[in-house]
Order: sequence, then C-alpha cells, then structure tokens
Amino acid sequence: MTQQNKLQTERGVQTRPPHPTAVTVTDLDLFYGETRALQEINMVIPEKQVTAFIGPSGCGKSTLLRCFNRLNDLIDICRIEGEILLNGRDIYADNVDVAELRREVGIVFQKPNPFPKSIYENVAYGLRIQGVNKRRELDETVEWALKGAALWDEVKNRLNDSAFGLSGGQQQRLVIARAIAVQPKCILLDEPCSALDPISTLKVEELIAELKSRYTIIMVTHNMQQAARVSDYTAFMYMGELIEFGGTDQVFTKPRLKKTEDYITGRYG
Amino acid sequence: MTDLHLGEHISRRFNEELEDVRSRVLHMGGIVEEQLANALKVLVNDEAELARDVMDADAIVNSLEVEIDEECTRIVARRQPAATDLRLIMTVSKTINELERIGDEAKRVAKMSRKDMGGVLEDEVRTELTHMGDMVRAMLRQVLDAFARTDVDTAVQVVKADRKVDKKYKKITKHLIDLMIEDSEAIPAVMKIMWAVRSLERLGDRCQNIAENIIYMVLGMDVRHIKLDDVLAEIEAQLETE
Repeated sequence: MTQQNKLQTERGVQTRPPHPTAVTVTDLDLFYGETRALQEINMVIPEKQVTAFIGPSGCGKSTLLRCFNRLNDLIDICRIEGEILLNGRDIYADNVDVAELRREVGIVFQKPNPFPKSIYENVAYGLRIQGVNKRRELDETVEWALKGAALWDEVKNRLNDSAFGLSGGQQQRLVIARAIAVQPKCILLDEPCSALDPISTLKVEELIAELKSRYTIIMVTHNMQQAARVSDYTAFMYMGELIEFGGTDQVFTKPRLKKTEDYITGRYG
Repeated sequence: MTDLHLGEHISRRFNEELEDVRSRVLHMGGIVEEQLANALKVLVNDEAELARDVMDADAIVNSLEVEIDEECTRIVARRQPAATDLRLIMTVSKTINELERIGDEAKRVAKMSRKDMGGVLEDEVRTELTHMGDMVRAMLRQVLDAFARTDVDTAVQVVKADRKVDKKYKKITKHLIDLMIEDSEAIPAVMKIMWAVRSLERLGDRCQNIAENIIYMVLGMDVRHIKLDDVLAEIEAQLETE
C-alpha cells in the first residue's frame, strides 16, 4: 500500500479546538429548492481565532458562511435543517431578532461595498440606526473603529470625503471598520482580498491577524496560501460536505485525509 | 556585510517568526560552543569531570534541532517564503543539522579523552592539540557570528581557516603515529587521541559547511564543492555587480 493510500479515507475528520466555542454547527443540511447544497455539516468554530474555509468552487463554503448571519434567509428557495448555535444560542430560533444577529455577526464581501456616503458616515451609519446620536460618542467610536481597521492615519484628515475616493484596499478596511463599530462578536469574511492588489491583501491579512484578539473571524478564501498565512484553523469542504477540520499547521503539513492532501498539493481535478 | 532586509515585511508576525528562528539557531550555537570548549578541556587539560557536561548538553542540542526544523517546516507551509527568506530557512535547516553533528563530534572528543592518558601526551603534542582546538573554536565562533550578522567576509575567513586546520591535523597525526611506533604499549591510548583529533578535523569541516551555507544565504551562490580560489573569485565578481 502506498504512503498516500495509508491516509484515512473516512470523511469528516475533525479536531476539536482547545478554545472556548463561538459557533457550533450540528447536522446542518441546506437546500436550494430540491438541491442539497450542504450535507450533514458538523463543526465547532473557536472563539477569537481565525477559521478559514477552503475548497473548490461550488463546494458550499460561502453558502455555509452566510448561514451564520442568516443571510440565506433572503433567498426564497433556501431552507435549512439542523442547528447553528452562536455562543450557545440557536440563531434560527423563532424569537431571534435577525437584525440584532447581523449586528453581532458582521460580514465583509469580496467586492468592497462602502455606502455612497462620506468615510465618517459609513462608519457612523450602524451606530445611528442603533439610536446613537451624540456627536462626541459618534466621533469617538468612528475614530476607534477606523484605528481598529488600521485606516485612521490614512483618512483622519478627510473624514468628510466620499468613501468612493479610497483605494480598493482602503475601502475594504473601511467596510471592516463599519462592521467593528457596532461591536460584533464575530466577523465573516467572504474572500475579502480577492479584488485587492498584493500589497493591500497583505495589509488586510495583517489586520485580520490583529482583529482576532477581539473578534471571532470566519473567512472563506479561494487562496489556499492565504488560509495558510492567516488562519489558525482550516476547514476543507468538498461538494457540500466538511471533509477535514483542524489546526492550520496540521492541515498544511500533515493532513489526515487523502482528499485534503490532494487538494492542498494541487493534485485536485 | 550585505543587508538581507529581514525586518521589512508587511506582516509583523512573519518578521517575528524569522527572527525567532534565527535567535534559536544562535542559542543552539551557543550551547554547542560550550560543549566544544569543555571537550577541549577534557582532551588537553585532562579535566575529565567536564565530560559529563558535554554529554548532558547533547540531549538539549538534539531537541533544539528537532524543534527548529519543525518551525522551519511550519514557516514554509504557512508563509511560502521567497528569495532571501527562502534561502534563510533553507540555510537554517542545514545549519542546525551541522551544529548537531558538531555537538556529536564534541561529545566524541570528550568521550575519547576522558580516561587518564597517563602522560601519553608529550608537551609538544599537547601544545599542537591546544592550538588546533583554539583554531576550531575560533572557526565555530566566527561562523556563528557570520550567521548573526549575515556577513559574507567572515564566512569566507572560516572557509579559508579550514585549510589551516587540515594542515594542523596532518601534522598532529604524524606525531601520534611516531608515538605509536616508538612505544607500542601506548597504542590504545594514542588511538583514542587520534579519534579525538579526527573529530576536531571533522568539526572544522562542519564549520566550513555552515560558512558555505551562509554565503548561499546572503549571495544566493552555491559554493559547495568549488575550489577556494574559485569561490573567492566568484564572490568578488558577484559583489562588483551589486
């Protein structure tokens, strides 16, 4: 038997992280109409760590990510079975305030999407709709959030300028500032650097590494090397299933399953 | 000295990882230096009680080699280092292997020499051994210094110094053979000294290997298996084009 064949072939091998849990996914299935897009997902995502979802296009990683703030609710034909707990609370329970959930679980998309407002108002918007109106409180929080997103020094003298005047990398950091201004518990990142140049990518990655000290980060990426650089835990998905979940060091040096090994070494396809 | 620009990544963590790995190599080098110093005291000064210290340090050195190698593997997997960073990691991986072997040679020197030689060593041979020991210690110190400062000039000095060590080795070996011819009862004791001296000579070779690795790390030139004069000419040509 070759060395490769000696790797386990059972699916769903998972290492339970030795950290407090942020998100627990139990027996999750997701359907688009009759099509099952996610199949029996069981996963424990640790708190204040960076967890990356990797896998080929169409494997369901973005679909799974969007479950965590119920963004999939906006798709009529989408339904789920199973359970997702955020800090022990079922986010699909009947009494859940979805708007509040989406404050607690912020999301950043691939294409930076600042509002057509000033830099200041982009960050202040979430606070205003929560009822924060006092100028001083807004100023302090905006500054705090922009510093937290490593953007303050670049924009402090032009806060009233349009957000569209920023570069792609700066816009993405502005979107992150907007997310953290409302004190989330968790930040979802759906390929946050795919549209950015290499230097901006590294800056955003550096920011992600700093943000994890305060927030749980869950990130989808097509870029395996990015997952290796940035994440603490990596989940490999394939055709709607979770194949392997483990520490990033372990997944990228000694993956347990042949499928994972094939994917990360580029033997996939 | 050529600046490797090791402190300029956007990723602070990557900087820290590289710096940590470099520090650990120097820490390992420090332990091996002490091993060698003690082994030479056993050989030349008959301070047999130091042999235990040399043996005990071996376990620490072995463990460091494994740890640092694992860290290098992690860095390659996570960071995909390129250019100077890649050469640094490759050099670290090779250097710790050489340092571990140097530690083994020091252990061998201590082991061979710890039993009382009963005056087998004449003053002249003892002096030659002291001199050879000093040369090899200097090589190790210089090569670690060259690694710390990414200094090609010092690395080249170490490569040159190995020639002198080899000459010294031949001279001492001849002396020892003469001793054995004169006094056949001294053969077992003298053979132990021969093995110890052989270890010193190999130790010098390992320092030269590390020096060659450093030249590769800094200049990207692989100077292994090239004659020294050709090495110097190539280095000079490379530095002129920079």
